[in-house]
Parts: sequence; C-alpha cells; structure tokens
Amino acid sequence: MKAIICAILLAVLPAVAVAQDEGVKMQSVNVDLSNTASLQRGAKFFVNYCMGCHSARYVRYNSVARDLGLTDTQLEYYLIFTAAKTTDTMVSSMPPADAEKWFGIVPPDLSLESRSRGADWIYTYLKSFYVDPSSKTGVNNTVYPKVSMPDVLWELQGTQKAVFSTVKNPDGSSYQVFDHFEPLTPGRLSPQQFDKLDRDLTSYLVYMGDPVMLKSRSLGLRVIGFLIIFFIIAYLLKREIWKKVH
Amino acid sequence: MSAEQEKRDYLDVTGGWLLKLRDWIDARFPMTKFWNEQVAQYYAPKNFNFWYFFGSIALLILVNQILTGIFLAMNYQPSATGAFASVEYIMRDVDWGWLLRYMHSVGASMFFIVVYLHMFRGVMYGSYKKPRELLWIFGMLIYLALMAEAFMGYLLPWGQMSYWGATVIISLFGAIPWVGPGLEQWIRGDFAVSGVTLNRFFALHVVAVPLILLGLVVFHLIALHEVGSNNPDGVEIKKHKGPDGIPLDGIPFHPYYTIKDICGVIIFIAVFAAIIFFSPGLHGLFLEPANFIPADTVRAPADIHPLWYFGPYYAILRSIPNKGLGALALLLAIAILFVLPWIDRNPVKSIRYRGPLYRWLLFVFVLTFIVLGYIGMQAATPFWAEIGQRLSELYFLFFVVSWLYSKPRSTLYMGISFTIVMVIITVLDIVTYVPSIATVKIYSWAMPFFYCALFMLLPGFFAKLIEPKPVPQRVTFK
Repeated sequence: MKAIICAILLAVLPAVAVAQDEGVKMQSVNVDLSNTASLQRGAKFFVNYCMGCHSARYVRYNSVARDLGLTDTQLEYYLIFTAAKTTDTMVSSMPPADAEKWFGIVPPDLSLESRSRGADWIYTYLKSFYVDPSSKTGVNNTVYPKVSMPDVLWELQGTQKAVFSTVKNPDGSSYQVFDHFEPLTPGRLSPQQFDKLDRDLTSYLVYMGDPVMLKSRSLGLRVIGFLIIFFIIAYLLKREIWKKVH
Repeated sequence: MSAEQEKRDYLDVTGGWLLKLRDWIDARFPMTKFWNEQVAQYYAPKNFNFWYFFGSIALLILVNQILTGIFLAMNYQPSATGAFASVEYIMRDVDWGWLLRYMHSVGASMFFIVVYLHMFRGVMYGSYKKPRELLWIFGMLIYLALMAEAFMGYLLPWGQMSYWGATVIISLFGAIPWVGPGLEQWIRGDFAVSGVTLNRFFALHVVAVPLILLGLVVFHLIALHEVGSNNPDGVEIKKHKGPDGIPLDGIPFHPYYTIKDICGVIIFIAVFAAIIFFSPGLHGLFLEPANFIPADTVRAPADIHPLWYFGPYYAILRSIPNKGLGALALLLAIAILFVLPWIDRNPVKSIRYRGPLYRWLLFVFVLTFIVLGYIGMQAATPFWAEIGQRLSELYFLFFVVSWLYSKPRSTLYMGISFTIVMVIITVLDIVTYVPSIATVKIYSWAMPFFYCALFMLLPGFFAKLIEPKPVPQRVTFK
C-alpha cells in the first residue's frame, strides 16, 4: 500500500503534462544543443532572415559569441550588420511604429519564443507557409492561421499550396481540415537542405530561450556525482551511529 | 572519569580556548542548554520511516527560498515596465543568476511537493490527534502562509500567466457579499492588476509573509518539542520511560536523526538538482510556457490556470458554475483541514491499526486530490467541470466518512448516513440539472454512489472492515 501511494505521488505529479494544442500536428525537430556548428549557422540565419523585423532584446551579441565559440572579430563580421556594439543586445533596426504600420502588429521579440511556443512549434511553423491570395501578404500558415508575418524564407523553400480535406459533421454541415502540402515552385534549397536550415534556426532559438542549457547539463552531472559520493559517506556514518539502536 | 569530564577533555584539543568560549557564552546565553533541550537531548521515537524526512526537508527548502530570494531581490525590479526584463537580466547577465532563479522557482514547487507529503504523513499516522491538535493547526497556518507567498511570488516575473492568474484569483474576493468589490480593489490598489499591485505583492512576498512564515515555523517546532513526535505506530513513547526519565523507545535527535536526515536530504537535493540542471521548467509544470510572454494587460492567454500546486482547489472552484459558491467551496476545502482533529476522533492514530477499509479511504482521497489537481490544469470544458464536481464531492465525503469512522456505528446508523448523503447529492444534481451535460451527470452519479456504498454501507454490514486492530504498547522496530 505504502509503495503504491508513494509511486503514485512521485510518478504522477510530474507526469501531469500540459495538454497539446489541437489542430495541426507538430513535427518533431530533435534539437541537439551540443552541435555548435548548427547553432552558429542558426545564428547567421537568425540575423540575416529574422532580425530585419524581430529583436532578441534580452540576448547580448557577445554572450552569443562566447557561447557559440566565436571571436569578437568573427562576431562583428558575421553577425552584426548595424552600428551595434558587441556588448549590445540584439535589437532589430526596424522602428516599432513603422512595423505596426506595415504589418498591423509589432513583430514579437524572439528571445523567449522557444520557451513559450516550444521547439517543434517553431520548426513546423517555419515550413508551413502556403500561398493564399486572400491574405494581404499573399501567404498563410497552417500552424498560425491568418498570421501577419510574410514568408521570408520563400526564396529558399520555394512556394507551396495547402490541400484541405472536408470533414462532415453529423448534422450535415462540414469544415476544412489541413491534409498536406503540394509544392508549386522550387526554391534555391532542396527540401532536405531547407529542413536542415529550419532545424539550425530552431536550435538557435532554443539556445536563446535558455542559454545556460549549454552548460547546465554537464554541471548537473558533476553536482549529482558529488552528491552520490557524499551520500555513500553519510550513509556509512549513519549505519555506524545507528548500530547502537535496537 | 565522568562523561562530562571526558567531553571537556575531548574539546580541550584546541588548547582550551574553544571550551572557554563556550563557557563564556553559556554564562550569558543558554546556548548549550538550548542545544541539549532541543536537539541533543530531544528524544524522538526510534521507528521513524521514509515519511519522516519531509519535515526537515521542508525547513531546508525554506532556507533555500530565503537565501536565493535575497540575491534575486538584489537584481529584480518590482515595476510593471522593468520586472519581466529584470528576470531575463538575472537569467542571462547576472553571474550564476540563472541558478539562483531556478533554485527559487523549482524550490517553490518542491516546497509544495514536500509539504503535501508531510501533511499526508500526518494524516496517515493520525499525527493531528490529541495532544497534537495545535501542532497540526500551526502546520495548516504555515500551509496557508505558503499559499499566499507562492501566489504573490508568481506575480513578480510579470508574465502572461502571472498577470492573468493574479487577476482571476484576486477577483474571487469580489464574490464576497457587500464588501467584495471594495475589497478586491483594496487588494489590487488599482482598478485592475497593475504596477501598483506588483509593488505591494513584492513587499509582501519578500518581507511580510516570510516573517509570518518563520514565526509560524518556530511555533510549529515549539509545539512539536512540547508534545514530542508521533510515529508510524501512533503510540506515545512518553508513556514508557526508563528509570532515568528517558522514553524507552526514544533516541536523541542528535546524532541519530541528524545523520539520518542528512542522508535523506542528500537524496532530495539530488532530485532537486536533476530538475534544476536538466529540466527547470519540467515540461511546463514548474514554469508555464505562457509565462515567458510579458504581461499583456489587454489580451488574456487562451487558458488561465494557476500553477500545479493550486490545481486541486482551482478544480473545486471551477466545478461550481456560480462564482460565489465556487469560492465558498474552495474556502471550505481548505478550512475543513484545519478542523480535521475534531472530525476524525477515532482514538487509534496510525493507519497500521485502523482496519483495511481506512487504507482504501485514504488512498482514494489521495487519488481524488491528484486527479483534481490534474483537472485544475486542464482547459475548462463541461466534461471536466462535471468530473471535477464529482471529485469535489468525494473530497468532502472523505471528511464525512472520517467522522463516521470515529467510533463503532450500527448498521442502521451507517445506512441512514448513506441515504442522507445520497439524497443530498441527488437533490443537488436535480437542482443544477442542465440538459446539455445530462449523460455525463447521470453516469458520473455512480462515483459518489459507489464511494458511499463502499465506505459507508459496506462497513455498516461488515463492521470488521473498520474495526481497529490491537495497538501495541511499544513501537515496532526491526
């Protein structure tokens, strides 16, 4: 009985995971934060394709350089295209007022996007733009319907159209459900190459969401290793002291 | 050579100055006396098991929260414009700031896990019963202060869930008749949750409530050391003393339980560290995804719910469509725990000797609490609201059954109790009948029915099921 209660308390509490969003199924990205080259490429794509509109105002350029193994010279050459200093945070040069005029909304800050949305969401979102003439930007997104963001990666990915299937309700009415994409025009990258870019970019966003995850795992292993040794010593001492108790 | 002399010689290795310092202090302040009375000569039962680790672990987390909190407060800005950014500043720019923040945020959740286990231990072994009623009540007050502390602390990161969670919970005070709306505004200090609210919550979170908590913990410990610890057998060790006046089944807290607790604490810290270093958000359970978006005073997140440790009460609140009655049920769910010593009056303390059915009663109660917590985290749908309502009924029925089990009852008594409870529940169902949810309501009626049949009717016919087993005179220890 004790064991049952114990097991339930300790197992169920953390397992009560937050329910998934309904609708489009997210593709699994399997981010590998130990792949520094991937993070470096992701950083490059981020400043080239995202930072025109989006900021990462909590992230400092030089901390990215430090974490991804770049020198200050490399940092200034590859990642800083503005007058920003290496100690500045990654703020987009697009004035928010203009952004609101052009897109109807200020593009959200992306420092913590991976923590509020999750890696799979970002990965799937970036490859789920499709041509939709009814939209102002000419594109729509299955993950984020009626999104204000234009498809900035279309040159790389090419364009695609979404095929919907019709589902009938018992009462005779019907609604549309996303089924699959069909390519329209090819992009500069093959689908495999684009997926890799998408994964690099997503990995970089995951890194930005919690930069310390790069080092906290190895630190955690050392902490737990120490605790195991400490426990062995403490337990032997406990056994020695408790010998007298009958 | 006397033991005291031996101890003095042992301490004398420093050339005597340490010993002289001790004597100097003892002549002015009861240092050694206090240590002996509270630790080295405080006799605890020798049969403590796994469940007895959580008291000292709770104290450890309290210290952890205070220490990390001090350093967080050095870098945090309690203002609507600066709060969110200052948390990210701590996470990214302050040396080891991320560790302080994760130790504090994970610590909050761990505090509740440990306190819930500690409370469960108290219920399982009847530790709230005479002469420990006040000990239990101080404990409940700590729990209450802890809830206030956690609730106000959760506003400080100024994320979406911080903001809207506080908005929803503060609005509950508005449900109080007459004074409600005024009280609500008085708590917020504004017409809506704002920087004013944030500032006062910060003050309360870092100064007022911690002071109250520390005071209550001292009271809890004074009460504990006055009456002595209960144990898994629920027998009083003070009833059997040796010629020296020391309980035969007691051992000094130091060194026996200090070293044992150190072992438990190390295991606990290992679990704590695993979460901090590998998954500090614990898949949205300890840090919610929506809280990584800065508070937006116009747009609420799709689904507002408090963090997991308030889940059961939030489910009880939401299970009643009427806000005022829901808030009342929530209040009752917490208040009833305070009077538990006067509800369960069965002289047998420990679950070990209370008969087989009581085990199942407690097991179902724990299960009810966990599932209610799960429901509290889900989006509010009519289905979950209905299941939540049934489980809320089971939550309160635990106390009814506990009261019934206080002494031997006749078959007629149990039968009548069963009938009364089922009539009340059925009448409530009819009064709150809504056609759209009729099927779920009819089927789920089986939940309280089988619960009452199992725990009220069955022991009415088979009294043996709740008949206490003989309690040993002395503690059992292998």
